[in-house]
Amino acid sequence: MMLLVVFGASFLVYNLQAYSSDPLSVFGESTEINKDYLIAATIRDLRLDVPPPIRYFSWLRGIVAGLWGNFDMGLSRSNIPVIEILAMAIPVTVKLVITATFLAIIFGISVGMITAIRQYSRFDYGMTFFSFLLFSLPIFWVAVLLKEFLAIQFNDFLASPRIPPTVIVIASLVFGWIVAGFAGGSRRQFFTVIAGGTLFAAAVLSYVSATEWFLTPALGLFGVTFLALLSAVIVIQLITGLDSKKGRLVGFGTAIAVVLLYYPLQSLMSADASVFNVFLVFSINITVGIGIGIAVSKIDRRIYMRIGLFTGFIATFPIIIDRFLREFSGYFNSDAVSGRPIPTLGQSKDLLTPEQEQNFWISGLDTALHLILPTIALTLISFAGYVRFARGSLLEVLNMDYIRTARAKGLSERTVIVRHGMRNAMLPLTTILVNDFAGLMGGAIITEGVFAWRGMGQVFNDAIRNYDLNLFMGVFIITASLTVVANFVADLLFGIVDPRIRIRK
Amino acid sequence: MSASFEAPLPSVEKDENEIANRATIGRSQRQIIFRRFVKHKAAMGSLFALTFIIIFVFSATGLNLGPKDAGLSIPGWWKYSITDIDPAGAIAASCNGGVTGCPTLDLSPSFIDGDGIQFGEHPFGTDIIGTDYFALVMRGAQQSITVMLIVGLLGVSIGTTIGAIAGFFGGMTDAVLMRLTDMFLVTPTIIIGALIGFRFGNLGVVPLAILLGFFAWMGLARFVRTEFLTLREREFVDAARVAGASDRRIIFKHILPNAIGIIIVAGTLLLSGAILAETALSYLGFGVRPPDVSLGLLISQYQDTFTISPWLFWWPGALIVSIALCINFIGDGLRDAFDPRQRRHISMKERQKAREAEGKRA
Repeated sequence: MMLLVVFGASFLVYNLQAYSSDPLSVFGESTEINKDYLIAATIRDLRLDVPPPIRYFSWLRGIVAGLWGNFDMGLSRSNIPVIEILAMAIPVTVKLVITATFLAIIFGISVGMITAIRQYSRFDYGMTFFSFLLFSLPIFWVAVLLKEFLAIQFNDFLASPRIPPTVIVIASLVFGWIVAGFAGGSRRQFFTVIAGGTLFAAAVLSYVSATEWFLTPALGLFGVTFLALLSAVIVIQLITGLDSKKGRLVGFGTAIAVVLLYYPLQSLMSADASVFNVFLVFSINITVGIGIGIAVSKIDRRIYMRIGLFTGFIATFPIIIDRFLREFSGYFNSDAVSGRPIPTLGQSKDLLTPEQEQNFWISGLDTALHLILPTIALTLISFAGYVRFARGSLLEVLNMDYIRTARAKGLSERTVIVRHGMRNAMLPLTTILVNDFAGLMGGAIITEGVFAWRGMGQVFNDAIRNYDLNLFMGVFIITASLTVVANFVADLLFGIVDPRIRIRK
Repeated sequence: MSASFEAPLPSVEKDENEIANRATIGRSQRQIIFRRFVKHKAAMGSLFALTFIIIFVFSATGLNLGPKDAGLSIPGWWKYSITDIDPAGAIAASCNGGVTGCPTLDLSPSFIDGDGIQFGEHPFGTDIIGTDYFALVMRGAQQSITVMLIVGLLGVSIGTTIGAIAGFFGGMTDAVLMRLTDMFLVTPTIIIGALIGFRFGNLGVVPLAILLGFFAWMGLARFVRTEFLTLREREFVDAARVAGASDRRIIFKHILPNAIGIIIVAGTLLLSGAILAETALSYLGFGVRPPDVSLGLLISQYQDTFTISPWLFWWPGALIVSIALCINFIGDGLRDAFDPRQRRHISMKERQKAREAEGKRA
């Protein structure tokens, strides 16, 4: 059925494009001597003498031929097969979109659920206003602001990386307020948390400013320890609750093990490392976590293994990030960068020396720095939707009878919200997540334009401006089939995660 | 009131029920919805702000209806138009080595810097060739709002019609119409918009907006269809049919009024989507073309001069954000007002008041 829909849509769009564009219009004011010849050649190359509805079927034949392996999307006007152009462009767009999607999902859903739990609190109102504001922002406008304030001014700031005291005070207060909003509690607790959070942030920022941390950034053993313990706390709280003795043992044990492995693991992450080494580091830490889980528990092994797994997984990120950051000062001072690390345009620096490009950590850092601005822009825009949706979804679930039952039989508030509330609230979210990924490809068209990435958006742009019908249809068929596949996957997923729904045979 | 027979509710819940009931007793559905909306502070504030923006923008630029030089034309109150060039004035007021004229808008009252609140000669400054930027921004906003309204109106009417027919008649009609909707839905709006904008952007905003409107109805049609599917199974529809009402009468008199909530809410979301889409298309160069302006076009023209003359960038962006933000808040207020399950948050103060009133009565 969906195939039929894509077929109909492609027929529609093909004809719309064919009738609305006039490839011959460029010759209108041409004064070249061989104008007539050029017109005739264009007509022959693009088969303009065949009416579009019939021409469509010759295009379709190439697509259908994909069923037995020789997929053919025709030639672009520059005589390169459309497939080759798309094969170059798709990875770029996916790279651009994927980090943003994950960040938006993680932050959006956690913030949304917290606003639902602390409904009608100051934090809830603040986040609601903030997400409405993000909803209303045009992405190209945000992008230009980010370029100016984040990239250009941050690069200027790096010339003498001292944070002015007023900035420290304001940033610390904001941080304290956000932490207090997450934590909640009575008025007195609220202000205690604000004070604690503010002091903590102020201390960190002062330290960063005093040691000119930005010039030689690294998390160090101390930072890695702190982040590993923090991730352990979050994982334990979500899975068993902090009052479970064995949960604490597994979580903190894994975190400490990961920290102890910090120095031994450095040998794996040498200059000639590759993606495989990163993968290896992750698997070692996860195995250690699961091992601790098995060693500690006799009953309910799966739960403790899960704590070990997630703690090991999350706590590895600081180690990897630390490794990347330690390349920063060398990268920063190299000729390709010359002290302005955050770029406003492009997808990689073209002045990197071959040795730098060979080095996994340096080229990775380079890609990551180029991804910063577009990722922030895309994350900000889609973050708002997740916040609103997660909030609404959890609120709806918390009004259900089974939540009241769970409370009535004396389960702790944590169990009620995490086990009974959040899990059920995630059900409708799966559909949105999958569909949004397809939608983001469309959003990337604008973002790519602003940040000059050569992905699907640029291909699409060229296709329209050059009246390149085959190229245009290539972009269309990719996005349309992505939407259809996303819908299909969403249906399947929904059937898997929600046993009440069965897909009709 | 026989308080002694009441179940011993916890006092908080009792107060809440009483406060919630007081808002609904003895009022019609329409009054309840209206009162709920009026009570929504953010939505009411946004409604006033949006009305003000629209009136301000349209009255500043003036209106040109009908064909050029022949139709009805109402001049605006602002002295410059987008074709007036005032290089002398620009250079006189310039601050960046005479490149662009600086904004003369002064919002700080006289006791701070002694000048007082004033509009000045060029409130938003001038652009590089000396065109008054206030006139450009107002004209751009007018175009963007026009596109938004036309797209919204068309999207709502087409979407409602298709959704209503599909949902009410069901069966084959439903299947065909929904596959049609899916067909439009798998095509990303930005792709169709760019295609249309590239070809027809030079015709002016109204034809462009009408064409875009034909591709903006799909989401709404789906909402309306689902609503009609549930409503047509309800008893009052059976009752109307038994009484001999025609299909047309049932649709317009019985079902549509009940579905109006979801249409209005989806319609407002469509509006905010439309203004963002239009500005994005114009920004990419697929929408309104020079010499005419739109807010997205202004941003794309002046984004490179951000460091020298940031006001050329701030104003159009601020207008887009405020318009979209207002619409989103209005939509939120409407959704709350139309949702019968919605229980308003009752603050400590109200609870206290109710308890005091109870005390007095006793």
